[in-house]
Parts: sequence; structure tokens; C-alpha cells
Amino acid sequence: MLTLECPYCGIMADETELSPGYEAHLKRYGPGSSDEEFEAYMFARKNPKGVHFERWRHAYGCGKWFLAARDTATLEVFGTYPAQSAGPPQALQDKIKAKRPDWKGYK
Amino acid sequence: MSTRLSKGGRLIDRAQAVEFTFNGKRLRGFAGDTLAASLLANDQMLMGRSFKFHRARGAVASGAEEPNALVNLGRGAFLEPNQRATTTETFEGLEAQSQNHWPSLEMDIGVVNNALARFLPGGFYYKTFIHPRAAWKHIFEPIIRKAAGLGPAPKEMDGDRYEQAYAFCDVLIAGGGIAGLQAALAAASGGARVMVLEQTPVWGGRASVDGDVIDGMAADLWVTKTVQALASMPNVTLRTRCMVAGVYDHGYVLAEDRVADHTPGDGRPKKRLWRIRAGRIVAATGALERPLSFAGNDVPGVMLASAVRDYVVNWAVSPGDRTVVVTNNDDAYRTAIALKQAGLAVPCIVDARAVANGPLPTQARAMGIRVETGKGIAKVKGTKRVTGVTLCMQAGEGAALEDIACDAVAMSGGWSPVVHLWSHCGGKLTWDDTHAMFRPDATRPPISHDGLAMVYPAGAANGALKAAQALADAALAGAAAAGAGPIAAAAAEAREEAALEPVWIMPQGASYKLRAKMWLDYQNDVKVSDVQLAAREGYESVEHTKRYTTLGMATDQGKLSNINGLAVLAGALNTDIPNVGTTTFRPPYTPVTLGALAGEARGEIFQPLRRSPMHTWHEQAQAYFEPVGLWRRPYCFPRGGENHAQAVEREILNTRQGVGLLDASTLGKLIVKGPDAGRFLDMMYTNVMSNLGLGKCRYGLMCNENGFLSDDGVVVRLAEDTWLCHTTTGGADRIHAHMEDWLQCEWWDWQVYVANVTEEYAQIAVAGPKARSLLEKLGGMDVSADALPFMTFADGTLGGLPVRAYRISFSGELSYELAVPAGYGQALWDKLMAAGADLGVMPYGTEAMHIMRAEKGFIMIGDETDGTVIPQDLNLGWAISKKKADYLGKRGQERSYLSSPDRWTLAGFETLDGSVIPDGAYIIAAGVNANGQGNTQGRVTSTYYSPTLKKGIAMGLIKGGMARADEVVEFTKLGGSPVKARIVDPVFYDKQGAKQNG
Repeated sequence: MLTLECPYCGIMADETELSPGYEAHLKRYGPGSSDEEFEAYMFARKNPKGVHFERWRHAYGCGKWFLAARDTATLEVFGTYPAQSAGPPQALQDKIKAKRPDWKGYK
Repeated sequence: MSTRLSKGGRLIDRAQAVEFTFNGKRLRGFAGDTLAASLLANDQMLMGRSFKFHRARGAVASGAEEPNALVNLGRGAFLEPNQRATTTETFEGLEAQSQNHWPSLEMDIGVVNNALARFLPGGFYYKTFIHPRAAWKHIFEPIIRKAAGLGPAPKEMDGDRYEQAYAFCDVLIAGGGIAGLQAALAAASGGARVMVLEQTPVWGGRASVDGDVIDGMAADLWVTKTVQALASMPNVTLRTRCMVAGVYDHGYVLAEDRVADHTPGDGRPKKRLWRIRAGRIVAATGALERPLSFAGNDVPGVMLASAVRDYVVNWAVSPGDRTVVVTNNDDAYRTAIALKQAGLAVPCIVDARAVANGPLPTQARAMGIRVETGKGIAKVKGTKRVTGVTLCMQAGEGAALEDIACDAVAMSGGWSPVVHLWSHCGGKLTWDDTHAMFRPDATRPPISHDGLAMVYPAGAANGALKAAQALADAALAGAAAAGAGPIAAAAAEAREEAALEPVWIMPQGASYKLRAKMWLDYQNDVKVSDVQLAAREGYESVEHTKRYTTLGMATDQGKLSNINGLAVLAGALNTDIPNVGTTTFRPPYTPVTLGALAGEARGEIFQPLRRSPMHTWHEQAQAYFEPVGLWRRPYCFPRGGENHAQAVEREILNTRQGVGLLDASTLGKLIVKGPDAGRFLDMMYTNVMSNLGLGKCRYGLMCNENGFLSDDGVVVRLAEDTWLCHTTTGGADRIHAHMEDWLQCEWWDWQVYVANVTEEYAQIAVAGPKARSLLEKLGGMDVSADALPFMTFADGTLGGLPVRAYRISFSGELSYELAVPAGYGQALWDKLMAAGADLGVMPYGTEAMHIMRAEKGFIMIGDETDGTVIPQDLNLGWAISKKKADYLGKRGQERSYLSSPDRWTLAGFETLDGSVIPDGAYIIAAGVNANGQGNTQGRVTSTYYSPTLKKGIAMGLIKGGMARADEVVEFTKLGGSPVKARIVDPVFYDKQGAKQNG
């Protein structure tokens, strides 16, 4: 059972307090998008073994969505940050790069 | 025979005798005994029968690893099957029954399987019962179920009480042996919050039995002093009888606390499940001794050398007058020495090694014990009890050298660290060639959230098998786990021990006949020959071999058999043990009672229930409730001798002809407010909500991004910047979360608040032609058709209560839904019931509501929708805006297959004979599909007997939909001929809507 720090509350929240929201930093494709774009948006998920960015909601806490970067194999959590972010904070990316030199970036 | 010695027994209190029964026989033991010790003291060596061959079995171990001595404890509501006699404490009045035999333990019919053993090899079940297929269900399975199996599942509800508790600590130490205690001292010295959990009732582990001397003291004394020191530290919590069952992600630990297992009826819960969040975990879980594989190593009286030592030293129990010790290491000599010191005979120590000249063998020889090196046991004599052993050369094929009479055999194949807790969360192992064991690989630990090691192995669990090493190792582990500075470890007197020599088969060249009697898994009857057969048949992976042979799949989960089994497999595959690897270690370490996992979540408090403000009234009115999510809603209100169908029919007719009340409080109510609220709702709903007039109501549909219908409800414009969105009862929390998701994660610059006010309001639907009259009797606001037309609302008072009245209708009748603050709900309900008495007002339930909406052709989320249905399928295209550039689901709905003319779309159905179409029925199409199954062209989604129309009515989805009106199609009917039905308009009642609009 994971613990993730809620970036709003600043507390380490148990997984039972959280609800998962799958992959983070997806770009929404609405009307006017091509079939390929829409398919990629709806269905093509990364599911990597290693560094991954996920959406979580502090459902039984403050109710806020936040994003988490963690290693899906070792369960190491690199950091969490507010959902209102276009991309992971640079400091977090640097930290991940230092720990996982082979990491190709979040996109 | 096994018996109680007249002296000794460090754990028993001879002043306190306890009486218990075994298979109805009254026996006597001492306080401090385990049940196994008590039974052995009463010469009850035979304790059970094996799973497959029903062979006679006695205790082989003295602790958690025991595979054989499983008993049923208690009876009736307190029956607990498959309890290990070796870990069960003997208490006054304990009732134990042996299991897996018929008619009795001594005389068991199933043992005939044993005679057939050569016809029941590994993989037997898979090979034999595949054909014919039907025979499995009707012949093989019932017979196997009857013959196999361990203890019976209790038939009554568990009479015991269980509880759960939470705890937090910086360092959790699993195991209260000398390593665990040393680690605790090191971890706690810097002030960290430390919990030490020990699975047995006694601190100190094996050190006292092994005669260790620590810091110049006998181990017992050192343990007592250390426990006292720890107990005096405010940052340390100590618990015995508490088994760490599993280590999970990020330091989550489950532990089973046997609170009152040994003191039943004292008012305390039987067990307590601890849910612990630990910063780091120290696994000081010790090591388990391995059996040796020689023919007849399962005969009662053959035990682990360490277990024999435990019975003699801890409980003053002699397993037999004459015990032969067989070993591949020096440690087992301790057993011979302990037996001799207790005045018992050790006719021979059989050592597979060519040389044994260390201090322990030297001491044994000096005590006059005969030591035979380079030898092994060819076979054990006896069936229900060891009567002797035949010696052979270990290097040979088993030719008999000599018979030695004895009544017990103490065997040792070396030790395996208990790596379970290290491995549960992904810690990796390394093969230690010197000691022939897997131990934790410190370079590949399980990882916690911070990327650092989560589990620290300590002592024997880390492969540090001797006391001096174990203490040093544990002091480091404890300090590291706490992030504290190092402390000096206690010093144990070291005694030189020569290396063991791996022995996986005894003798190494044993014939098939001998190998077919060498047990690896005692409980599941898996022998050396079975694993070798599996390898020959192509099972190369240890995980496959495990499942094919059932090796390690018994209740002991291979604690004894694992290493020996995979060594045999490695030998058969002609490869190394590390190449074969181990099977996966999964929690729990030893079985956890289901009652403890359930805790107090059973019966009334299994889950929290949501109750409407009028719930108590409904209960008093004898409502029949149905679950809707966590809510309990009245399904109907039976009167007199009515059955449910009769009650539902009465409620419908009364509502259609007079007036009825529905408790609609459970409907979801979300306030959406802010400068961008209208724009936001236009994205959430398929239709336009931003232009909804003040005081107006509008029915809306919500889709997911795939375009599929997700929820529906009436939206109300409360103010310029405020809307109230009704959701389905089950959808309130989900839709609230859905809105928050889009607001927080996609359109976070939009200024909108969403509040879930579902439970703030009680809501009552007043429906029927006399609804207006009823409200007028209450008085206070104008509810006329002119002042309050259909699909509008108004705030006002009724009967002196502040209400918001919506003119919306789910029944198709003239209908008002009245919302009041939840606290006024019952008062409003009472006023409506009182004022409506002479109008014949009656409450109606959810079933009447469902049928009335079906009569009106209104769809129901979850009936007409199943996550693959778009609004267009339900002829709801009118509720989809063509003008909006975007809404959730719009792009999804543009996909070509969703506009296919072949989609199944909504229609009504009427059977030709007036009967009701069965629930779930499909509409038959011509021909068969690729699997030879009949084709279908649609299915029923809602089907009821309509009390209003006095016939069966249905809605369903059919290819072509309403374009096929008047066609007659056939619905499947289980156990009968198909039902013919005509495609009709799904609106069966008041097609023009004159009643609801009135």
C-alpha cells in the first residue's frame, strides 16, 4: 500500500485515502482531432517499467488532484506536485534524471 | 515411547497442570506447553494423516513451520481447523481433534491411497481427470473432495470476536530472538519509535535452547535483562504472540496478535490484526532447519534435530528413549548432547560428511556417543512409529550396512534463513554456497518510497547463523534501520563449527524405490521421485513444478520443503540451485484467521449505511428495503398480507389515480457555481445548460469522453451564476469526482466551485392527479399550473416549512418534487401524510417508481445503459446539442462505428400473449455465429408487468430500432419456447404528456 505526499496538505497520505487517476500529462483531443490523435488520447497508455507520472486524488482528504512521479518497478516516489502543472517541475525532472540516467523524459 | 522427563523444561510450570482432550481422550499437560509438547508427553506421537496418501504423521517440527501436526480446535461456532499443534498453547479445557482421517486416526480407510502411491505420481490429478470432461464434475471432484481436504470448514457463524488496530513506528522489528532484541536496542538508542513483535509467547528464540552465552551470561538471563531494558524505554513497544504476517508497499505491515487464543472466554477478542505503518522493518525472523531426504523420513518419530532439542530443553519431553541423529553439519550434535544430558540414549550420530572433528563432534564423542561419518540412513523402519533405521554409505546406493533400533530420528540438513519478509516486497536473494542457503542480497533490497532500503535483515535471517555473528549483524541492522549511530553489540561466546556439506538425497545414489519414499512436502505428499518426474516431463521452471507436483502448496507453504525441492529439481535438470531460483514468497508468513482480516466489519457494521431523513418512518411502516449503493431505499411498503408484487401494484394504481409520495432524498444534488459555471456545464452535459432560464429545469445527459452515456438528471438554474445538478442516486459521488477532475486537471483556470449537497436536503416526490390538491391543502405558496408550470421551480413555504418545489416528473403524473433542509424532511413527510389522508395518499417505493418510468418510456441509467450505449442509441438525439463546438463525449460519438445503422437502438416491446419478457432475454436472429451459437439482434433492457396497462411491457435495444415498428420478433426464454413480441413505441402511457404537463 503506497504512501504519497499530498502537495496541498503536506501530509503523507495512505493509499486508502487516495483514488487513482492513471497516467498524467495527457493532452485532450476533442472535436476536430484526427482518429489517430483521439485514439492515442483515449487508449494509448505508456505503462512503463520504471519512471511514470500518475494522477492521484486525495479523495478522503482535501479532495484535490495531484500528480506523482514514481518508479513502477521499485515503487520509489520521486515527488508529487499539483495537478495544475503543464509538466513536471524542472527540479523534479533533474532529480529523476540524476537517479535514472536512462530516463527519456515525461512526454 | 515419548514421555515427560522428570526434570527440566525451561518453559513449563510443573505446579500448574492443565487438562485438555485430544479426540475426546482426556490428557494432561503443563502450563507453558504447546499442544504438540503436551501430546508427546502423553505418548501421542501420531497426530494426523497426510493429505494425499493418508500416511501416519507426527510432529516433525516445534514451531511455525510444522506441516503435519494440524488439528481442529474447539467445536461448533468456535471450531478452528488446521491449527498447528506446535504453535498452539495448551490451556485448561482445550479440545483438539485430529483431521483428514476416517473413521479414526489410528484406523484410516484413506490410507489405501498409500498402497496405490505408485499409481498416484506427480501431476496425477492433471493426467487422470481430463477426460471425459463431464466425469470431473459428477464423479471425480465429489470423490476427491470427500477423500481429501484437511479440517472441515466451520458450519456456524464464528462465535469469536476479532478486532483491528493501527500503529505507527519508525522501526518495526519482526522477531524477538536475540537478534531482534539486539536490533531493538540499537534502533531505540537514538530515540526512534520501535515496535518489537515476536510470534511465540517467549522472548529469546533459540539461543537458550542452544546454550549460548552472551556477555558472560546464560542466554536466558541476557534475554530477560534486555527485555527489561527495552520495556523501560518510552519509545519501545514490545508484543509477544504477534506474528508479522506480511510486508507491503512503503512499510505497510500486517501482524496477527493472538490476544486470547490461549485464554478463550475471558472477554478479550480472540485475535487482533495490527495494521502498521513502519518507516523501516528489521527482519529478525531467524532460520528454519531443513529435513534430510531419506526413505521413510516422514514416519512419526522422525523430527528435525532442532525440534527434538526444543522438546527436551523447553518442555522436558523425550521423543523417545533412543534417538538416532542424522546430519550434514555440526549444529545437530547439540541435539545429541542435549539428549544425552537429559539421560536419554543416542545410539549413533550418522554424519554424511567424511570428517567431523569440530568442538561439538569432539564433545559428543567424549560423552561416549558413537559417531559414524560418511554414512547415511538407507531407510527408516516402522509405519505409525519409528522402530529403527538402516545405515548405508552416503556415497553409495543404499546397501544396508547395519540396522539400529531406535524410536526417534533427529535429522538436520542445515538451516535456511527465513527470508519471507525480505522477499514479500521484492527483496532479492543470493545463494550462499558455503552454507548452502539463500540469504538476502544486501545490494537488492525492497525499496521504500524514498528509494532507500525498506527491510533490513538481521541475524540468522540474514545468514548469520551463530550467536556472535547474529548479535553483531543485528546491532548494525537496527542502527541502520533507525538511521542511528552504531552501538556496541553484545558479545556471545563463539564456538567453532565446521562447514556443512550439502546433502539433498540420502544416499546420493538412491534407487527409485528409495526416492519414492523420500518426502519433500510432508503435508501434500510430494516426494523426491515426483519432482524428478516433473523435471523429466519438461517442468523446468520451479513455479511450474510447484503447481504440477503441489510441492510447497500446503498450509505450511513449503517452509520445510522449498530448498530441498528446488535442489532436487536442480539436480534433475543438471543445473545449479541459483539457476532454478525460488518460488515467490507471498504473505502471510503463516496462515491468518479470516476472522482477524474481517475484524469487526461483520453483521450490522459490515459497512456504513446511508439513511434518508425519513428512514426511521419507512422502517416503522414496515418498508421492504433494497440496497442502492450504500443507501437503503424502500422497495415497497407492503400492507396486511400483501406480497411485494401486490404492494407495488397498489402503490402504482394509487399514484396513477390519486396521489403517492416517494422519498427521493437519495438523488444526487450538486451545486455548480461561479462565473464560468455555465460554460463548464456546457462541457459536462450533451445539451446546453448555460442558456437555461432562471427558475427553469432541464433534463440533461452526461457522457464520458468515449461518448457513452454515464449519468442523467434534471438541471436547475438557481441564480445567474448558480446551477443545481441532480444526478442518479448511485452517481452523486462519482459525478462530483468527475466534475472535480475536469475542473482541477483540465480547465483549472475556469472559476467554478462544485459542492455535493446531496445529504443537505430531503426530497419528496408528490405524484398523481391529486398532487396539486394535496399541496394546496398544506398551503403557503402558489402551486397552480400558471404559477408553477411543468419544468419550473419556485421557492416558498408549504405547511409552514421552507421548500423548493420542482415541477418535474419521473412517473409521468402531475408531480412536484419538494426539497427541504434535511432536518425538515420528516416534518414535511408527516404533514403530507396527514393532509393527504382523505385524498388516499400512500407512500410508494423504488419498484413502483421503476415501473411507472418504464410505462412512460423513460430510460434508467444502468438498465438501458451499460457503458457501451450512446444517447443516440436511446433516441435521445434531441438532448444532444448540434450547436456546441465541444462537450465531453462529442469527439467519441463522431467515431464511425457509433453512427453505424447496425447499432442496436431503443424500442418498446409488447408480447403477443401479454406475458412479461424474461429479464436479460436476447432477441433471436437467423443463423449461427462462428462458435455455432444462435445469432442475436437485440436484448431487453427493462421488462415489467404494468399494473396500469394490465400486461407485460418492455424496453430494449434492437438492430434498426423504431424503424422496425410493428414487426414481431422473438425473445429467448430459458427453459421454454421463445416469446413473441411486437415492436412498439416505448412510451406506453400518456404519450402526449398531458398528465405530467397539467
